[in-house]
Amino acid sequence: MERNNDDGKLFKLIRLDAPLLLGLLTLSGLGLIVLYSAGQQNMDLVLGQGMRLGLGFLIMLALAQAPPRYFRLWSPWIYLTGILLLLAVMIVGDISKGAQRWLDLGVVRFQPSEIMKLAVPMMMSWFFADKPLPPRWLHLLGGVMITAIPFILIAEQPDLGTALVVGSAGAFALFLAGLSWTIMLGLILLVGGAVPLFWTFVMHDYQRQRVLTFLNPESDPLGSGYHIIQSKIAIGSGGIYGQGWLNGTQSHLDFLPEGSTDFIFAAFSEEFGLVGACLLLALYFFIIARSLYMAACAPDTYTRLLAGSLTLIFFLYAFVNSGMVSGLLPVVGLPLPLFSYGGTSLVTIMAGFGTLMSVYSHRRTPTR
Amino acid sequence: MSLEEWLDRPSGEDLLAREKDNTAESELFFRRALVLLGVVLAAFLAVASRLVYLQVLHHEQFSTLSENNRVRLQPLPPTRGFIFDRNGVLLADNLASYHLEITREQVEDLDATLAELGERIELTDADIERFQKLSRRSPPYAGVPLRFRLTDEEIARLAIDLYRLPGVEIKADLTRRYPLESRGAHILGYVGRINEDELNRIDPGQYSGSTHIGKVGVESFYEDTLRGRTGWQQVETNAEGRPLRILSRTPPVPGQHLYLTIDMRLQAVAEKALEGYNGAIVALDPRNGEVLALASQPTYDPNPFVNGIDYASYRKLNTSKNRPLLNRALRGVYPPGSTIKPMMALAGLEYGVVNRYSGVYCPGFYRLPGSSHRFRDWKRGGHGSVSMDRAIAQSCDVYFYDLAFNLGIDRIHKFLDKLSFGRQTGIDLSGEKGALLPSQEWKRRMHKHGWFAGDTLSVGIGQGYFLATPLQLAHAAAVVSQKGIDFKPRVLLATEDPGARVKTLEAPRSLPPIKVKNPQFWDTVIAGMIHVVEGGTAYRIGIGAKYRIAGKTGTAQVFTLGQGEKYNARQLAKHLLDHALFIAFAPVDDPRIAVAVIAEHGGGGSKTAAPIARKVMDAWLLNKYDEVSIAPEPPSAPDEDAHGTE
Repeated sequence: MERNNDDGKLFKLIRLDAPLLLGLLTLSGLGLIVLYSAGQQNMDLVLGQGMRLGLGFLIMLALAQAPPRYFRLWSPWIYLTGILLLLAVMIVGDISKGAQRWLDLGVVRFQPSEIMKLAVPMMMSWFFADKPLPPRWLHLLGGVMITAIPFILIAEQPDLGTALVVGSAGAFALFLAGLSWTIMLGLILLVGGAVPLFWTFVMHDYQRQRVLTFLNPESDPLGSGYHIIQSKIAIGSGGIYGQGWLNGTQSHLDFLPEGSTDFIFAAFSEEFGLVGACLLLALYFFIIARSLYMAACAPDTYTRLLAGSLTLIFFLYAFVNSGMVSGLLPVVGLPLPLFSYGGTSLVTIMAGFGTLMSVYSHRRTPTR
Repeated sequence: MSLEEWLDRPSGEDLLAREKDNTAESELFFRRALVLLGVVLAAFLAVASRLVYLQVLHHEQFSTLSENNRVRLQPLPPTRGFIFDRNGVLLADNLASYHLEITREQVEDLDATLAELGERIELTDADIERFQKLSRRSPPYAGVPLRFRLTDEEIARLAIDLYRLPGVEIKADLTRRYPLESRGAHILGYVGRINEDELNRIDPGQYSGSTHIGKVGVESFYEDTLRGRTGWQQVETNAEGRPLRILSRTPPVPGQHLYLTIDMRLQAVAEKALEGYNGAIVALDPRNGEVLALASQPTYDPNPFVNGIDYASYRKLNTSKNRPLLNRALRGVYPPGSTIKPMMALAGLEYGVVNRYSGVYCPGFYRLPGSSHRFRDWKRGGHGSVSMDRAIAQSCDVYFYDLAFNLGIDRIHKFLDKLSFGRQTGIDLSGEKGALLPSQEWKRRMHKHGWFAGDTLSVGIGQGYFLATPLQLAHAAAVVSQKGIDFKPRVLLATEDPGARVKTLEAPRSLPPIKVKNPQFWDTVIAGMIHVVEGGTAYRIGIGAKYRIAGKTGTAQVFTLGQGEKYNARQLAKHLLDHALFIAFAPVDDPRIAVAVIAEHGGGGSKTAAPIARKVMDAWLLNKYDEVSIAPEPPSAPDEDAHGTE
């Protein structure tokens, strides 16, 4: 497993895992090529994204250097700060495009909910780090609270996409902590049983209608359904081998909305076909598998749970986005990680990989 | 057995795991991770099979759909609302204009085409540079503008050869126009091309198809009202994406017309009266907060900003030491000087440190107890024995040194804060400054050392750290004239729906009134202000006035004299001359106008600022607009030193 050639030494020195780095670089490079086409051959767009990616990789490199015991030490404070900022947003946040998510600090505006994507896995891992696993009932309750508070605060904004990520991050941590199958089954049945009751007795007609459109956007072909219809046409017309780079008519003639951001997977599938799309999915699978392996090598509970849940956040992005774009899942505004144009979630994702790299390269030193 | 114990009772393999056991947990994690990897694989396989469904099984169907996909959504930008003054004088409208557009996809040799166009019309390097920049960020099939505002002659010259130049088109659009040019430019502001920053801030859906956005002034503050709502149309296109016919249409909603509270005649009088000075005039209707005139000199012509002012002109405007782009009425901060005295007197009455009869002997200077430092009065020989009325009328500094000393900075701060000093008045124009009302806390924060009694004395006569905007001073004069009834200053009188031509009046924005213990305090202070004009420092403007004026002169030092030095206007360079200030309201019995005037380096308030205020009040109260025209005179040669040299 440990290679002793010079390359190995170099990667050890900069504390990066070569296979994972290679996977990430391939993915982001491919992303830029696709962006050039999907973004109407706008070089400014590609350069801007290139800069952001560069910044993302720098953040990853920097975080990889920090020993994981610091992450552990800081976990509760980062989490608390995040919660306070979420409360601040509720009180003084900017309302932008109908939802209250942004906090204006004079110099920068940012979304505190973004911090929670890292803070919730950190706090969950910190919480379970010194508890015997699988967790007892009381500890399970603690874990649920840690996840539920930010989940509710973010869902209130409302930002369902981010709330979903944060909620799932907590659920993944619980699962990795060894939550017993019986309890899991019980929880699933409980939630499953509550939904129809909630639907029939609590919700108003207009609320039900809203949920229905959310689940089935095609019932609204000129509104939100327009996106998904055009996206399916783009993917379907790609066929097995695709129409070739720069030749996708759906994205180039502006039929595909958000073709360089949330719906870039459709633009990619139109030009590179089933073969390209499956190779892309394989690349994502490789990155996830490698990351999970790295998590399993971690020395203690804190680092294992943290690395594991961060990996699964990445998976969640990739799966929800590709599922949404291909019409398999409802429309949730999550970008395709390292592919979609845009900066905020990119930074979070790369910070996550930086943490993962740090955990793996410090795997000989437990956090306490 | 408690509930918790029962819930946590050992079961099966749990028996072994009561203590933390890293090896066991590591194995547990590994098993769970393996399960999750299986889930990941299953999820991706699900997506892959969905792709097979779309791309293999239904490929034919979607290919056909894609080829027939000829319906596109096109944005229809709304028409921006006009701006009028309170009497309906047009201040901003939209002019049909023509620009030249190139569609790169249809051009065979771009350089040759550009060269050929350059022979027929004037193309500057800036035009070409902008064209190339815009080209890089638009698809090849989209038209990119090359030259704006083609003249009729240029259109005629181009039209002859247009058929030989594929991809070159003359397009019509609407350009914002400010017919009164520099008149009132600081109120209106202007629109300009949307820049990178704004692009990140705005809703891209609402702005698709639009190129301009309000940058400053009313155009910026009321952007959403003026803009209207973007409409959309579905267009059938050919295979290259070129529109063939319109299928359906949601028309845009045009922006609202705005009627301002400004009277352009009064604005013209104000700007004219201030000509020759850098400075500002703010005139309010104290009964409702309406801004009647808001002049800031020098001013500028906003029209060149609409389609991007050229660099040289912008540099000239921006680096001129007269700073024509600065709206001095809301963003100029000046020591209020003696104009603050009426408000200071009111604070003294309110906190009971003086009454209207209490007297102070003024020997021409003031000494703090236990100090030899002499704080000078403006009158070298002193005013002798003065009470409040004479102290205001003669602007006795020593009286107010003593008053300020007895009040202390904390109470001064508390009282003047209520009158909106040190914070924004809340006018509906962007960029208003709060200026500075100093406090102990502020000084500790900014200067690292504590507050001195001497600091309080300076604040007492509107000097020292104290800074105010002309708008704050006019607002304070208005509040005094109404004996505490307070309105937010505003420039919007009404909005009008451009289709139905229905006007909606804006309501006055009243603020909580300023209460004093005894309403007669107001009368005492107002009496002092009347005596400023009737026999006091501003007696000259009282002569021949057809209505009664209450006012207060002010002179703000630009530099500090050394101990024992004498101020001699004739020996001082122009830029060291004092700022001249005057605040006033009239008629005294039923105030209909409150004014603040600041003339930078104007010398004394009574000599320079008061006559300017009188002109403005005469115009408003006596309808004296005869010799001033609303439209600005042809600009005199831009002079670096607007007020000339002796």
